[in-house]
Amino acid sequence: MNTTILLFLLQDGITNGAIYALLGLALVLVFAVTRVILIPQGEFVTYGALSYAMLATGQVPGTAKLAVAMGLVAFGLDLFSARKSLHSRLVARAVAVDIVFPLAVCLLTYALAGPKTPIAVNIALALLIVAAIGLFLYRIAFQPIAHTSVLVLLIASVGCHLALQGLGLVFFGAEGLRGPALSSVALTAGSLRFTGQSLAVYGLAIAFIVALWLFFGYSLTGKALRATAVNRLGARLVGIRTTLSGQIAFLLASLIGAISGILIVPITTLYYDTGFLIGLKGFIAAIIGGLVSYPLTAVAAILVGVVEAFSSFYASNFKEVIVFTLILPVLVLRSLAAPAVEEEKD
Amino acid sequence: MSALLSVAEVHIAYGKVEAVRGVSLEVGTNEIVTIIGANGAGKTTLLNAVMGILPLQGRTVFASEDMATLDIEDRVAAGLSLVPEHRELFATMNVEDNLQLGAFRIPKATAANSFERVYSLFPRLKERRKQLAGTLSGGEQQMLAMGRALMGAPKLLMLDEPSLGLAPIIVADIFRTIGELRAAGVSVLLVEQNAQAALQIADRAYVMELGEFVLSGAARDIASNQRVAASYLGFQHEGGSAV
Amino acid sequence: MTQRLPLIVFALVMALIPLVPGIPPFWIVLLDNIGLAALVAMGLVLLTGVGGLTSFGQAAFCGFGAYTTAVLTTAYGVSPWLTLPLSLLVSGIAAVLLGIVTVRLSGHYLPLGTIAWGIGLFYLFSKLEFLGRNDGISGIPPLAIGSYKMLSPGAIYCAIWIAVLISALLTMNLLDSRTGRAIRALRRGHIAAEAFGVHTPRAKLLVFIYAAVLAGLSGWLYAHFQRAANPTPFGPQAGIEYLFIAVVGGAGYVWGAVLGAGIVVILKEVLQSYLPYIFGGQSQLETIVFGILLVMLLQLAPSGVWPWLMAWLPLKAARKRPDTSLTLPARERAPTTSAALLQLDRARKQFGGVTAVNDVSFDVKAREIVALIGPNGAGKSTTFNLITGVLTATGGKIAVLGKDVEDAPPQEVVKLGVARTFQHVKLVPDMTVLENVAIGAHLRGHSGAVASMFRLDRADEAKLLAEAARQIERVGLTDQIDQLAGSLSLGQQRIVEIARALCVDPMLLLLDEPAAGLRHMEKQRLAALLRQLRDGGMSVLLVEHDMGFVMDLADRIVVLDFGTKIAEGTPDAIKKNPEVIKAYLGAAA
Repeated sequence: MNTTILLFLLQDGITNGAIYALLGLALVLVFAVTRVILIPQGEFVTYGALSYAMLATGQVPGTAKLAVAMGLVAFGLDLFSARKSLHSRLVARAVAVDIVFPLAVCLLTYALAGPKTPIAVNIALALLIVAAIGLFLYRIAFQPIAHTSVLVLLIASVGCHLALQGLGLVFFGAEGLRGPALSSVALTAGSLRFTGQSLAVYGLAIAFIVALWLFFGYSLTGKALRATAVNRLGARLVGIRTTLSGQIAFLLASLIGAISGILIVPITTLYYDTGFLIGLKGFIAAIIGGLVSYPLTAVAAILVGVVEAFSSFYASNFKEVIVFTLILPVLVLRSLAAPAVEEEKD
Repeated sequence: MSALLSVAEVHIAYGKVEAVRGVSLEVGTNEIVTIIGANGAGKTTLLNAVMGILPLQGRTVFASEDMATLDIEDRVAAGLSLVPEHRELFATMNVEDNLQLGAFRIPKATAANSFERVYSLFPRLKERRKQLAGTLSGGEQQMLAMGRALMGAPKLLMLDEPSLGLAPIIVADIFRTIGELRAAGVSVLLVEQNAQAALQIADRAYVMELGEFVLSGAARDIASNQRVAASYLGFQHEGGSAV
Repeated sequence: MTQRLPLIVFALVMALIPLVPGIPPFWIVLLDNIGLAALVAMGLVLLTGVGGLTSFGQAAFCGFGAYTTAVLTTAYGVSPWLTLPLSLLVSGIAAVLLGIVTVRLSGHYLPLGTIAWGIGLFYLFSKLEFLGRNDGISGIPPLAIGSYKMLSPGAIYCAIWIAVLISALLTMNLLDSRTGRAIRALRRGHIAAEAFGVHTPRAKLLVFIYAAVLAGLSGWLYAHFQRAANPTPFGPQAGIEYLFIAVVGGAGYVWGAVLGAGIVVILKEVLQSYLPYIFGGQSQLETIVFGILLVMLLQLAPSGVWPWLMAWLPLKAARKRPDTSLTLPARERAPTTSAALLQLDRARKQFGGVTAVNDVSFDVKAREIVALIGPNGAGKSTTFNLITGVLTATGGKIAVLGKDVEDAPPQEVVKLGVARTFQHVKLVPDMTVLENVAIGAHLRGHSGAVASMFRLDRADEAKLLAEAARQIERVGLTDQIDQLAGSLSLGQQRIVEIARALCVDPMLLLLDEPAAGLRHMEKQRLAALLRQLRDGGMSVLLVEHDMGFVMDLADRIVVLDFGTKIAEGTPDAIKKNPEVIKAYLGAAA
């Protein structure tokens, strides 16, 4: 093996790994706050990527209409669950969040979409659309069953994945899409060439990790989200609305997913169902991170990316087998290290 | 003067089983009221329902506001606070963060005062402010739970079994602090199995049996009631009181 | 018999369905698919719903069953009936290998681990040359009896549903037994079960293998039904779908598996065949609607459809009272000696830098009640955990009847006659008081899983239940014997724990705050019971905060503070001890 190949594979692995890291972080975040194992994270990726790619060709993606439709359902649920105490303030909030927000995003998309729209506007539109979908997904599918077991939430999560993936086919078709690169800058260091795209991937991944760390460690909202994760009843007793925490977590996760998608769609062609496998790899990283630790998840994600790059070079047939069995030894080590006595205290 | 909290003809059911049957109670401003009774009498159920954790039938009015349509978070904002039996602390966060979150619903400027007040009531918490809540001793956890509830500057503090599982010396400390709350302008509704200690600090008391109040009145009168003495206080053994 | 009647009715109905004139053959195909899915889901009911081990990988075990028979019948010409035991064996062996790794995983790691190997195995199936890669293996011979070949869906229907019914019967028998109680206790954590001698890793591995063998059986039937095998039906999507079925039906119920399979298979079929008519041929639409319906169903009935359905039916099984004239052999008790029953010699436990128990020494003699008191965090429960083997001591010696136990696991300590209760009640809330208490007698029964499945355990079982009923009577809870433990008040639950501990026929009873939550008169009754036990030859070590209760009852008191023993003596001496007053009792006492 020569150094060029080695370095190339490493670079490839780290680029993918950074994406997995972002997804892993989002999964950890959602799980910690809502106990939902977010299988539809992959759909946030494809929705973000393909909405962006379609906008780049001047078309309005179907996701914009989906956001409006989901907003309507959420509105109905909001009114129904508050039917006994309909304050005007509550109704106004529901109208603003569930109707005005997605409708504004949708209309804005129709108004701005065109072949000449700047990349930055397209990115912003794609992010807004997916963020709305993420927010309403929690409101519709998970908020009513927020108190049930992790298993039930997981099954509901799979249901959402199926529905969203099916809708993805309707919106984007079976053909794969690619989007324009965020920047065409490139620089070379020795035999390695860094594209602006891969630099953007690194930069954003690091920025997000730092931002999340600051958010959860220092802001009151971040602490409230953590508190919800640690003890739901305790959080409610100090007046933190757990439903709001859940919505914020989903909003953040869908944003992160969409950004990941927008970052990779210029590098690889994405199909409506690609997100699932990408999400699963972020998932592996999150699992290795134990669904709690952000830094560990980021490191694990890089590892997954590198292992994937090397095994696709040396044993491409068994690439997935290797990546997915990689976590078994890690899991065994983790659970051996976990304390045997959980709640036995004086 | 109208009562701070007034609960009228409340029924609470778990499925088909009625745990609380037609209970009425009042807590006035600057008053300490206790509900005593055996485990399973429905005391915790009643507190949880007043807080909005469980649904109830009947009328509950707090600070002249009907609470029927308010959920837990709204009741917290209205000045009602509960320290539940299991304390429900944020175990993996430190003492200071726990307290800060206790002030989640009040303005930042007021929160600073709350910190001072809580730290002066429980100096021990100040010493431990960087320690994780889950690693505190049982007594300290109870103090933190009370401190967290007080951070939100409640008008009425409801305490569910604050002495449960604590050493006698700590129990005495906790009850002393509860007594001090009245001076700080906080009313207290105290559910307690340690009837003797509760009756010593309370103004008024209700005795609950099988989901109903069987007796109520001034705490002093209840403490000297024959029946209460027999079934809740126990005849004192030499030097072996519960506190 | 009450349990059997619905089963017989159900079997009859299923037997009659193919005989209905004019029934579309397509319906029979659907029923075949339901049966195949129900088999896998039934394994998941035991594994996930009852045992609390969520697995996404069951489809892979179907794959082992199907590929085993596929390879053996096509490449080597082995008869399909001969491959049945081999298919089950291969699934079982795969389960042992994966299970040894998987069941050690705790919490959420376990389901996540199963996703990982589920996907890994799927890619392995689709890459291996001798399994035909992505195309799989076709031309698998049909099942045959003599010259009658089960070629039609109607013919294999009988084989599938006989398998379903037998599996359901065996599964229900297993659950209603000594092993079944051990499995049902798994979901509530391992500490309580292990304290009564249940070998929890072994019990987990057992359900894991059982579920895998059922999946293997389904895979074997599937291979001979489709007469082909390819990787798709054994992939992660299928694994997720089986879990769906179990959850939709009601994850804790054997019949929930069959119902769930019916709901999911029919729903998918209806959506696939009718939606294109309504919406004009949009592909993938059924997935969308299926997903949405699933989410809605979970919102309406989060614990599954079966329990929801049962709540509407006024069926209530009459419970039989155990025959309390049956007895178990009692433990041999050494004649009263002055030698210590329990001896702690400088026992020490450190967690990281914190010393929870600091060189503590004391003993408990035969026929003695010793109380362990001290502030919260003084190390009392940790001491209990060291004695009972939940924790391993960092240093020092702990001996029961002269036998060193500081390195012994809980299962060995209980064999010596040390039984305990817990500070935080550890009962299985959805089991009856009788069933919970019977877990205490686990080590006094001997029937294994296979014997239970075939009902060869009844004599043994009757004795265990009789013992449990006797101990429940002793603590005065006979009226609550058939209630679910979770429906009792916390104080009563503590008493149930005492009955469970008494089922061990212990020499030494360790009680962690037994009087918490009791009112004065109940406390006096408890004290009377403990005195009676002492007079009958038992020793008691108890942790308790109610000083009135302790001072009245205990023969001796040991006081801990910050993990260190600060005093030991009679109640009167302790009451006057200045150090104890300063650290614990306070001026009020």
